[in-house]
Amino acid sequence: MKTRVEIVYRPDRSTKRRQPIFTARVPAGFPSPAADYEEGKLDLNKHLIRNPAATFFVRVTGDSMVKAGIHDGDMLVVDRSIEPRDKNVVIAAINGELTVKRIRMRKNKLTLEAENENYRSQEIDEEMEFEVWGVVTNVIHEL
Amino acid sequence: MKSIFALVDCNNFYVSCERVFNPRLEPLAVVVLSNNDGCVIARSEEAKQLGIGMGAAFFKVREKIEKNKVEVLSSNYALYKDMSDRLMETLCNFTPEIEVYSIDEAFLNLAGLSNNLTGYCRKIAETVKQWTGIPVSIGIAETKTLAKMAQRIVRRFSKAAGVFELTGRASIDEALAQTSVENIWGVGIKTAIKLKRAGINTALALRDVDVNWMRQCFGVTGVRTVYELRGISCYELEEQPPTKKGITVSRTFGRKIEEIYELKEAIASYASRAGEKLREQGLAAGAETIFVMTSRFVDARKRYFNSHTVSFPTATSYTPELIDGAIRSVERLYRKGFLFNKAGVILSDLVPEGSVQRNLFDESDRQKSRRLMGAVDAVNTRLHRRALTWAAEGINQPWRTKFVRRSKRYTTRWDELAEVG
Repeated sequence: MKTRVEIVYRPDRSTKRRQPIFTARVPAGFPSPAADYEEGKLDLNKHLIRNPAATFFVRVTGDSMVKAGIHDGDMLVVDRSIEPRDKNVVIAAINGELTVKRIRMRKNKLTLEAENENYRSQEIDEEMEFEVWGVVTNVIHEL
Repeated sequence: MKSIFALVDCNNFYVSCERVFNPRLEPLAVVVLSNNDGCVIARSEEAKQLGIGMGAAFFKVREKIEKNKVEVLSSNYALYKDMSDRLMETLCNFTPEIEVYSIDEAFLNLAGLSNNLTGYCRKIAETVKQWTGIPVSIGIAETKTLAKMAQRIVRRFSKAAGVFELTGRASIDEALAQTSVENIWGVGIKTAIKLKRAGINTALALRDVDVNWMRQCFGVTGVRTVYELRGISCYELEEQPPTKKGITVSRTFGRKIEEIYELKEAIASYASRAGEKLREQGLAAGAETIFVMTSRFVDARKRYFNSHTVSFPTATSYTPELIDGAIRSVERLYRKGFLFNKAGVILSDLVPEGSVQRNLFDESDRQKSRRLMGAVDAVNTRLHRRALTWAAEGINQPWRTKFVRRSKRYTTRWDELAEVG
């Protein structure tokens, strides 16, 4: 039987992280009481970005997604490697423009829904130039 | 285990990068121009079909571009470099062995990774397209030379992304017969002319030449090409990028420079940028070469090229020292009456910052200057690249390279992110 390698994983060196180094001198044999509790630092990059190669940041203009907690001027974290599913908030390329909307996938029907009563949802027909650009994973909102 | 090479090549890379962030460009004819919008360095398929040549001077094709409403963009290297990094990172998910061959090409070794190579490479192409938005074509074969040929065939027969596996005697023979010698990877134009003079016109004919004759006429490189065409691999992957021998910052000016003070400003600004690059990589330079030149296309009496090198007693990455050396060189190099159009700074004798050999008479406080540079770099990273600059670089910089039609640096600047409505 042949063994096949499906995917080769590689350590992610995308962010720099300061690793605490312990150089506690222990002349009399008392170990540092904190040494056992060292867990490394929290890295927001790692928390927000699962796949650095496929992750992009974009800036929101307008208020069409306000009820989804996405405001004018917010920054979105977009992962292109995620397969879009029904109800995901996505970036879509539609007729040459990038837009952020909630995607609905129902029986042969694709709809882009805004989260604001003042905007109508848009049904995608075959005439349109349409592509899901990426799936929004996080909103970064400055207070 | 015998290597299996795949050459991954991006289709019209610069144009593809622009289209990812500006989907409006998708169906249009698009060209990207070189520094100062001098000539065409990338074309979409639509632009190629209009007969706009690679490297064409912009002013020569301007009429055609305007008549056909071709979209014209200045080059956006920050964007292309970032997208290239993403591409290479994506490819690393498919094989541990990868050679980054250029900004938009990589060789992979796929030996033992799949028994359906075409299928595996289709998966690679699909993943790259999804993750980065960049379409690629992939050629697969047992040698690098044949893989490159396979990729050329993909490109010729399908304008879209595709995969072609060049294995099996019959299809290799056919591909070789259809490939002219000047289109073989590693065969330069001079070699191609010599081969044709000897009656060798196709890759097939070259594969079947007498190896001894080849060695006599073209040396060991020629013999390697023949073996590679025969399916015997002579070039393995070069996974370690060659260690950096130098850091170069050179630019064509936005307009000609006549006065020495402007030349000094430009050079000081390039030296400052070179210093940043040096520190990014944790290196220090032992020598600094400055070159200045006029356009090559002017009358011979108005043409001038010269360079000068200073060496530092102690290798340095301290920008004031780099600028000081650069300005001393400019004072020696400048000639009144010439119109300079390009200059550059080359840092060499690079050593890791940590292992700098100090000169016995060196009394400067290296710790302090290192801290100062660290602070300057931190501010410039946080705000924007030219938040803190050296006075020697000038303020208005009228000579600065122009990128009039550059798109936004979508992936490297917080204030230039793509906007979604």
